[in-house]
Amino acid sequence: ATEPEKNNYAIWSLIKQGWRRKPEQEDKVRRLISNLPYEDLRRKYQPNRQYANNSIKTTKYTVWSFIPMNLFEQFHRFANVYFVVIAMLNFVPIVNAFEPGVALIPICVILILTAIKDAWEDFRRYQADKQLNNMPCSIYSRKEKDFVSKCWKDVRVGDFVKVVCNEVIPADILLLHSSDPNGVCHIETANLDGETNLKQRQIVRGFAAPDGSFQPEYFSSIIYCEKPSNNLNRFKGYLDKPDKKKIGFGKENLLLRGCTVRNTDEAAGIVVYAGHETKAMLNNKGPRYKRSKLERKVNTDVLFCVALLFIMCLIGALGYFIWLETFPDIPPFVPPDSNNNYISPALSGFYMFFTMVILLQVLIPISLYVSIELIKVGQIFFITNDIDLYDEETDSRIQCRALNITEDLGQIKYIFSDKTGTLTENKMVFRRCSVMGIEYCHRENAGSQRTGAYPAKQGTRPKGHPRGDASLPQGTPGRTQTPDPPHSRTQPSPLHHSTPIETDVAPDRRLLRVTCDEKTQIQEWCRVSHCNGSASFMDFFLALAICNTVVVSTAMLPRQRSLLKRMGSLSHIVNSFQSIPEKSSKSRSSLKDVKEEEAEDYSDSGSNNPSRRNSSASHHSEEERGTVSDPNGLCYEAESPDEAALVYAAKAYGFTLLARAPDRVTVRLPQGAVLSFEVLDTLAFDSTRKRMSVVVRHPITREVVIYTKGADSAIMELLDCHVQSERKKIASKTQRHLDLYASAGLRTLCIAKKVLSEQAYDDWASIRQEAESTIDNREELLMETAVHLETNLTLLGATGIEDRLQDDVPATIAALREAGIQVWVLTGDKNETAVNIAYSCRLFNQGDMVFTLNTDSRQCESILDCTLGEVRRYTAPSQSWSFQSIVGAVMPTESTGPTFGLVIEGRTLSMVFEAHLQMKLLELARHCRSVLCCRVTPLQKSAVVKLVRNKLKVMTLSIGDGANDVNMIQTADIGIGISGQEGMQAVMASDFAITHFKHLKKLLLVHGHWCYSRLAKMVIYFFYKNVMYVNLLFWYQFYCGFSGTAMIDYWLMIFFNLFFTSTPPIMFGIMDRDISAETLLGLPELYKTGQNSEFYKRATFWIVMLDAFYQSLVCFFIPYWTYQGSDIDIFTFGTPMNTVSLFTILLHLAIEIKSWTAIHWGFMVGSVLLYFIVALIFSAICINCNPPSNPYWIMENQMADPVFYLVCIITTVVALLPRYIIRVLQGTLALSPLVQARKLDRLSTEARDQQIKNWKSQRSPSEVPTNLVSPVDSFSNSFEQSFYNSSLEREMPDMQWDSNEETQNTFSKGHRRSISTMTV
Amino acid sequence: VSQLGAGTTNRPDNTAFDQQRLPAWQPVLSAGIVIPGFLLVGLAFIGIGVALFVTSRSIQVLENDYTGTGSSVHCSECVNPKTTPCTCQLNFSLSALFQGPVFLYYGLSNYFQNLWGDLSKSPSSSCAPYQYDQNTTIAPCGSVANSMFNDTFTLYQLVNATRKTVPLDGKGIAWWTDYNIKFRNPPEVDGSLAAAFNGTVKPVNWPKPVYDLDPTNPANNGFLNQDFLVWMRTAALPDFWKLYRRITEGEYASGLPAGNYTLEIQYNYPVANFAGRKSVIFSNTSWMGGKNQFLGIAYLVTGSLCVVMSAVMLIVYAKFNSPDEDF
Repeated sequence: ATEPEKNNYAIWSLIKQGWRRKPEQEDKVRRLISNLPYEDLRRKYQPNRQYANNSIKTTKYTVWSFIPMNLFEQFHRFANVYFVVIAMLNFVPIVNAFEPGVALIPICVILILTAIKDAWEDFRRYQADKQLNNMPCSIYSRKEKDFVSKCWKDVRVGDFVKVVCNEVIPADILLLHSSDPNGVCHIETANLDGETNLKQRQIVRGFAAPDGSFQPEYFSSIIYCEKPSNNLNRFKGYLDKPDKKKIGFGKENLLLRGCTVRNTDEAAGIVVYAGHETKAMLNNKGPRYKRSKLERKVNTDVLFCVALLFIMCLIGALGYFIWLETFPDIPPFVPPDSNNNYISPALSGFYMFFTMVILLQVLIPISLYVSIELIKVGQIFFITNDIDLYDEETDSRIQCRALNITEDLGQIKYIFSDKTGTLTENKMVFRRCSVMGIEYCHRENAGSQRTGAYPAKQGTRPKGHPRGDASLPQGTPGRTQTPDPPHSRTQPSPLHHSTPIETDVAPDRRLLRVTCDEKTQIQEWCRVSHCNGSASFMDFFLALAICNTVVVSTAMLPRQRSLLKRMGSLSHIVNSFQSIPEKSSKSRSSLKDVKEEEAEDYSDSGSNNPSRRNSSASHHSEEERGTVSDPNGLCYEAESPDEAALVYAAKAYGFTLLARAPDRVTVRLPQGAVLSFEVLDTLAFDSTRKRMSVVVRHPITREVVIYTKGADSAIMELLDCHVQSERKKIASKTQRHLDLYASAGLRTLCIAKKVLSEQAYDDWASIRQEAESTIDNREELLMETAVHLETNLTLLGATGIEDRLQDDVPATIAALREAGIQVWVLTGDKNETAVNIAYSCRLFNQGDMVFTLNTDSRQCESILDCTLGEVRRYTAPSQSWSFQSIVGAVMPTESTGPTFGLVIEGRTLSMVFEAHLQMKLLELARHCRSVLCCRVTPLQKSAVVKLVRNKLKVMTLSIGDGANDVNMIQTADIGIGISGQEGMQAVMASDFAITHFKHLKKLLLVHGHWCYSRLAKMVIYFFYKNVMYVNLLFWYQFYCGFSGTAMIDYWLMIFFNLFFTSTPPIMFGIMDRDISAETLLGLPELYKTGQNSEFYKRATFWIVMLDAFYQSLVCFFIPYWTYQGSDIDIFTFGTPMNTVSLFTILLHLAIEIKSWTAIHWGFMVGSVLLYFIVALIFSAICINCNPPSNPYWIMENQMADPVFYLVCIITTVVALLPRYIIRVLQGTLALSPLVQARKLDRLSTEARDQQIKNWKSQRSPSEVPTNLVSPVDSFSNSFEQSFYNSSLEREMPDMQWDSNEETQNTFSKGHRRSISTMTV
Repeated sequence: VSQLGAGTTNRPDNTAFDQQRLPAWQPVLSAGIVIPGFLLVGLAFIGIGVALFVTSRSIQVLENDYTGTGSSVHCSECVNPKTTPCTCQLNFSLSALFQGPVFLYYGLSNYFQNLWGDLSKSPSSSCAPYQYDQNTTIAPCGSVANSMFNDTFTLYQLVNATRKTVPLDGKGIAWWTDYNIKFRNPPEVDGSLAAAFNGTVKPVNWPKPVYDLDPTNPANNGFLNQDFLVWMRTAALPDFWKLYRRITEGEYASGLPAGNYTLEIQYNYPVANFAGRKSVIFSNTSWMGGKNQFLGIAYLVTGSLCVVMSAVMLIVYAKFNSPDEDF
């Protein structure tokens, strides 16, 4: 009895609220309460019923609504509407040309085909939804007094949901409980925003139960939060407690749908948004519909066809009128209408216009649209099935998310690429270091390690792995290994579990030896507190391990505690110094063990909670869990990947960072000792100081030590200048190393140290404290204190970290550029790093003149003008020699035709946009081979893309992997997302998703070319086909008094387009291969044909129209003259024409088909056979259709007549002769590169490769002026190089560079600097 | 180990089809290859052309316009539509044997019988407006039937100033399928075809009802009348012939011997109001049907063109031959 009352009350309160509040205020707030008191009540009593539930539906149709809705959508298309209008016209008695029912067949077939395609797509969405909706989750039930297992779709707003570690969150949940004692829950948001680092979420203030239990029944607050929005970073609200206390909460309290819980055993909370109202779903916009360039062109040509149709119909109507007028009297063969009245010639002419429209309707290639769609489905099938675009590592193919822009891939002129994660792997690799002025090249990290890393991820460890040294701690934490497949099915994103840092660091043998030697000294060093030269190695690695903000992953915290406890019991130096239990000697050779180890990694956080173990890793026995204490399971979470890379590097040398707490950092030394440093202060990184420091107290010497790490420019100035010359020498050597690192594209950092006296530290600490306690300009004061402390440093060494380029990036960029594509790189990274990467991926070549635009002042315009003038001076061909002296002055080794690179900073870019200098920038950029924009925001990225796309009217492609690339991906004509490290955001926004940058090469050069050439040729052919066939009917009008009579039976006429000639072009559009993939890859310049739209130009359209007219004239008049003046009847006359046009149309296609596979033969021969079979059957059974002159037995009669065959042969030959001859001449003269390439295809593989080489060597000098190096210049160039190389070797015999190009890069860097100083 | 997950992997099939590596014939059209083709086709066409041309030349055609207006002198007396029935004569002489079997056609020009094709738009009204005459069904209905050609011809050979009738064979001039399958008479009532058509009226323009078309041969009446069937096979073009009779009997089976002939024409069909022309044609046939010079000439021209093209290609080939074209 209380329920209605409650209900009434709820209504009343709602009404009251409605009265009290303004409506818009009401709109902004969502109010919800716990569902638990209302459990099991009917829906209308549920308090939160007005909010969407968690079942999602991304399908467009239901079973019932499919037919009406699909029809409705299809009729939105212009083409279909046209067709329906035509069909309707058929039902108008006065104009009808065919039997109305027959006229409906084509439109029905097209509608049905499209509907089937739509239904199939929708069904796939339905299945995906179903899978998601039925995913398991735990919802609290009042009856059961516990969480019960239910499906995602059962989750409602107001439910209490529990999520466990590694589970995907089913809805947006306000966090109220966490198993973590600190009340935090870690989530990984990779599915949403692509960021793989763990994020902390906190439970709402005041909900941390002291005993760790969570009782949803006692939750009686009312939650007010904002309405659903797609902003991932905005969430606000408050809890209204029963005691009228308000507790605010924000986005740090919200668990988002689609994210994965990590490192937290379990978390629970109340659902605030569900289903389509979750932030994840609001961000998921579904597939995108873009219209390709080709399709836009097709549409204009369809309009031409409409115009043509109009003209033809007008001719028909006028002709009929004139024809009627020629008779003085009404002739006996002109029938009156059914009322025995004759209508006036003018009116009949008017009606005749519409009859003509019906008769000639095929001129508008309606089936073209459905054919294009089918072709694109086929093309996408082949693209997604390309094994070269498949990534073994992640087991993923290329995803085609936009279904209708495949051919745009073949017309790209500008590529805008992100840098990190797109060109580079976004895996930081410790590559080189310089300690005490000696360079250590970690050569193993350069290449060999990569090959070793992949098989390891497959679950095996190769025998000859460089890390075989048993005395070293194994550097592979279990989590870099891919999970076994069943796991990856149940857990949607286990792949993101791996960190973007290359955790394997193969130590340099020499350096390892040095550190090993020192191991013997370590005990002594620890006791005797002095810092001599030999200890610097220890300091260097300690600094690497300590001087950072890396968090040892909280996933391991439970382990850590138990570990430390055990260590404590074993310790012989209290609190700080102890040995570590040896690593478990369990054999790992068998796959089973490895798998178990992996599985364990997923359940590790739950290992202390036996109640949960059965849910994820039930097969684990207690004994296996013993391996949890393996210290190799450490993972480091760092704000910047560089830091983590340094920590891993230190670990490789035995300096393992074990734990970090705010006041204490624990490091294990190579021989097993564990040092625990007291952290006195951390001077965080900021961009003005460009360095960070930690102040620690050494556990043994009790000294206060400052370790500083920072940019070389920042550290080098702060070195102690009162030191002996040896130190200075080290510093200068290190500086030289740093320069080389930078030029090799490495990220450089200097490591320094300072020992502070107790007194000095105390003094400083008091100032520091003062600074911390001030309120006004606290930041400044803090920085001042930091600067104060970081002086007189002792240089320990330097490191070079590589953000390794992805496989084949330079080759890909080179190929794309050869293909006439301009590659721009837009990155948020800073100038130096970006430029270095640009050089190493050959975006800039060594000979390039690189201009750097870096200004935020108002002089932007003058600088642009100045640079532009500079560029013009070089590019003006007649003046190039006269300016030779100036060129020589600026850069002595420059060749005559320099190419340019442009580096522009985000600040400058915004100035350019503010000052409306876009056109100047574009003008400049067009002279440059490459443009590099650094420090740009996502918005600027898209602005640049938009600028190029709109102003230059070119096809653009954006490629990126992170959330910051989404804007630019969506702006470009084609957006490509790289799936991989940075999650799904970019992929979700993209049209195509690939796994590696190198895939772009095949995707564009091969698939792009194919898709474009296939579709373009198919479209052209389609226009031809219709015009040619329709014109046959049109010519006949001159011999039937423009009466709209067809000499071909209308069934055969409709079948002709629908069945006999429809499949070959579709097959052609899907499968024709004008040039083989190998040749296309070998000769990227072939791509230019697509860029210039050479297959489908306006001229091509009109030429093919002329050809169609010619062919239709031939196909009409040769039979006409043959049968002229005989007793031939109308369908006997039409049959050879129909047959002839079938042959002509098919053989026309045969001329265009460049490669005949069995499938081609099958379709072509099949179409001809189908025609004859259908025609024979039709004319055998159609006794009484289409009276009075019906097609009965016509085909049979014709096929018994030799003249029929003679007519067929001659007509076909005459019709196709011109096109054939032109193609033969083209093939003989081989003027176009395409024909030449096609000839190469016929050679054997070796011969072809040789020819391709020849080709390139022939063409490149003329086409790429950069390679035109005058003999003198090349001599001086090589001389300089050899000099430089030798000097290098003299100075640093230890240093071994991987290749020449790196030294060459230093040159270009020299150029660049000289230019930059000139312009900025 | 990597094969372990092979069953569930997402890896595309490495088949020739999926990877678009199907073995293919990749013809590159070039002069070197097509020269023999052109030459062969050209010679073959010339051969066919000669054969066709010779055959066509051997066919004799004798056409006489008897419209009676304009240039035609015959039957001018019958042009006035008031003179009905009107009979006129057309005299001609053959200097040599007209090789048999001889076919007698009538020809109409500027007559758009194919216009009726547009009546086929909708079968429900295919007979309209000639379906009912004062609510009685017309048999045969439709305007094609209504406008049936109704001139009749009788051929005499003048032998020694006496007229000797040349027997004209009207059997089997229609298509076999039309006669045997497509058209059917209604079942006879009491052995009378006329009774079967009870309740119908004759087409407006017809002088006689359908069951009375051929008084000489009772079997040749109704919808199965040969002349009716021929007429109902719609002509394709506005100038057309239709077969009237064959001369296959008796002494004329081998052809019309040389001599003078008179064709007596029952002039009924008006063509003046649409500037049409009527003619009568004697022709014999060959394997390729009636006389047709065009096809032979077309073959000859095309064949010669192909031969010329092969010569042109040879020049092109000699000039632009690239060394790598020898495959």
